[in-house]
Amino acid sequence: MRASPDVESVPPEPLPNAGNAMAGAPVRAAGVTWTRIAAAVLAWGLLSGLVMLSSPKVVGLREARRVQVDMYVAILTLALLFLGLLWWTVKGVVLRGSRPARARGDSQWAIAGRHFRKNRMAMAGLLIMILLYLVTLITPLIAPYDPAAQGDIVMTRYLPPSWDHPMGTDKFGRDIFSRVLYGARISLSIGFIAVGISVTLGTLVGAVGGYFGGMVDSILMRLTDMMLSFPRLVLLIVVIALFEPSIWLVVTVLGLTGWMGTARIVRGEVLSLREREFVQAARALGMGDMRIILRHVVPNTLAPVIVSATLGIGLTILTEASLSFLGLGVQPPTPSWGNMVADGRDALIQAWWIATFPGLAIVFTVIAFNLLGDGLRDALDPRLRT
Amino acid sequence: MIGYLLRRLLGAIPLLLGILTIIFFVMQLAPGDPTTTLFSNPNVPPEVIEQMRENLGLNQPLHIQYWRWLTSFLVGDWGTSFGQNRPIADILPATLWNTLQLTLISLVIIFALGMLIGIVQAVRQYSIADNVLTFVALFFYSMPSFWLALMLILVFSMKAAEWGWPAWLQLPASQMTTVGAEYLPPGEQLVDRIKHLILPAIALGIGSAAGVARYMRGSMLEVIHQDFIRTARAKGLSERTVIFKHALRNALIPIITLLGLYLPFLLSGAVLVETIFAWPGMGRLIVDAIFQRDYPLVMATSFVIAAIVVLGNLLSDVLYAVVDPRIRND
Repeated sequence: MRASPDVESVPPEPLPNAGNAMAGAPVRAAGVTWTRIAAAVLAWGLLSGLVMLSSPKVVGLREARRVQVDMYVAILTLALLFLGLLWWTVKGVVLRGSRPARARGDSQWAIAGRHFRKNRMAMAGLLIMILLYLVTLITPLIAPYDPAAQGDIVMTRYLPPSWDHPMGTDKFGRDIFSRVLYGARISLSIGFIAVGISVTLGTLVGAVGGYFGGMVDSILMRLTDMMLSFPRLVLLIVVIALFEPSIWLVVTVLGLTGWMGTARIVRGEVLSLREREFVQAARALGMGDMRIILRHVVPNTLAPVIVSATLGIGLTILTEASLSFLGLGVQPPTPSWGNMVADGRDALIQAWWIATFPGLAIVFTVIAFNLLGDGLRDALDPRLRT
Repeated sequence: MIGYLLRRLLGAIPLLLGILTIIFFVMQLAPGDPTTTLFSNPNVPPEVIEQMRENLGLNQPLHIQYWRWLTSFLVGDWGTSFGQNRPIADILPATLWNTLQLTLISLVIIFALGMLIGIVQAVRQYSIADNVLTFVALFFYSMPSFWLALMLILVFSMKAAEWGWPAWLQLPASQMTTVGAEYLPPGEQLVDRIKHLILPAIALGIGSAAGVARYMRGSMLEVIHQDFIRTARAKGLSERTVIFKHALRNALIPIITLLGLYLPFLLSGAVLVETIFAWPGMGRLIVDAIFQRDYPLVMATSFVIAAIVVLGNLLSDVLYAVVDPRIRND
């Protein structure tokens, strides 16, 4: 019954603007329409498969005494996915040809978007990333088992990968596949939040240093150099080992130790932006420094910051996994890819699957973010466009 | 040049001092001190712990502790490890040497392999080999080193014997030498040591090698399309001479700066790889020291690590100036 309840069964979310560009093209090849119809049929099939898979769980909700919030989120996501797909399918039929021509010229972002869409590897990265975030939202519906359910400890421990347990079971008889799915939530959210913190901090430090120059700049840059010249993992271990390890501590510390690269990039940009006419005009109009920085300087540094943030998420996921591997990150029984690999280390010889699959999950996630980041860099930097 | 070196070395001093100060205060901020781990036994009376804290100087105000530690550190008295009860000056040199062996071999792997792959990719741009190598490099670049280490152990030290692979492919998974290796003849001792080095060095280096390959490809491509390469080809030089003599030299210049960039990264990786392979180096030392709240040892190890990084940066800047005469440091 449960044929392959895995990542691939999530339908691809309609990419923003992916259809518009084609609809806007004056001549439309017949092949484009057909691929689109095929894609729509495929997506509907996958979505209905997903609904079939999750229906027992949704029905089971009626008997459940306490429903967890993430179940509601998952159902809501599934519903939104359904509506989105409906809209996408209908739009192809109804709006065909009725789209008014755009009168405005293309913005910097539109041009970059066009370049980005042509880059197949980058689009693949984007697709994987969207799928991963979707999976984190609907995990409770598609995970075949409870990640903490231990089963019969004698019968179900160290089972090799099979039909019932696609990735096998660990020493407590827990299903690795479900745990990998739940681990995706932890890794991806930690990556996202930590990079959010570090990018904000880095932009602020870089912008303030570059804009004011002089004493402020040299103090901030010395601090940046200092942080850069110490191995990050060692610093993280020092800080986390001394306090009680918890998810929030890990997120905060990862955020506070990852801002140096962004700060340097932003500072470099701001140094040249500061001398531009529009900033001088803003200053001549009597605007405050803070307003100039936030409204006029920082938005112009956004392109390289987005690139470094995307690459930074991949790096942060790797670092978080390393910390969890050392036992300093996410604490068991909460599954995270890092601590699952650490679990597998003890049983490497009799159960290779415990360490292998979470590690592969890390590799593919980080590959996706690297592809996306490289693609964004190529698209956003005019010198790299081909 | 000498003046520049001196200025850089002087500039490194506040940097190192800053790092040490930050680590000192972070450690002091944390709850607990060495006595909590030394005497977690509830039968130890509080007076003994008080006495112990007094002996170690832990009951002094913070700024006095800091000052006392700093002054004795600067005159070369690095103190005694609380955890191992040995002078730190006895512990550090051996572990430092172990880590250096590992990281230097890894550095060689990183740059040799990375540059080779990058050159092949640049010379055969857009070929199948280029695309495949790009993807393989991305794969290794995105791989956590600890997982790679486990997979290497799984294949080369566990499954290799099971699958009947030749003996030279069956590699040891932990420690620096086999038990009793000191009784072997010197030649076999060397072989034994090298066998123990292979897996950790690969686990540590291959991710960064993929990174170097990405840079090398870009830098080589940039050089290959320049006019002087066309001139070199036009005057009838063989392709080998053009690539390895004319192009490579110029493509190497930006790669040298990577040396300074990868050092902190390598030392971070060394923490994980040394833990997995039971390699008695700095990475394991500092992790153990942190868990034992062994303040003097943590400070000394941090100092050495930071000093290595600063020296590495300096070295890469100097090499940069040596290779590229257009760059004037003074």
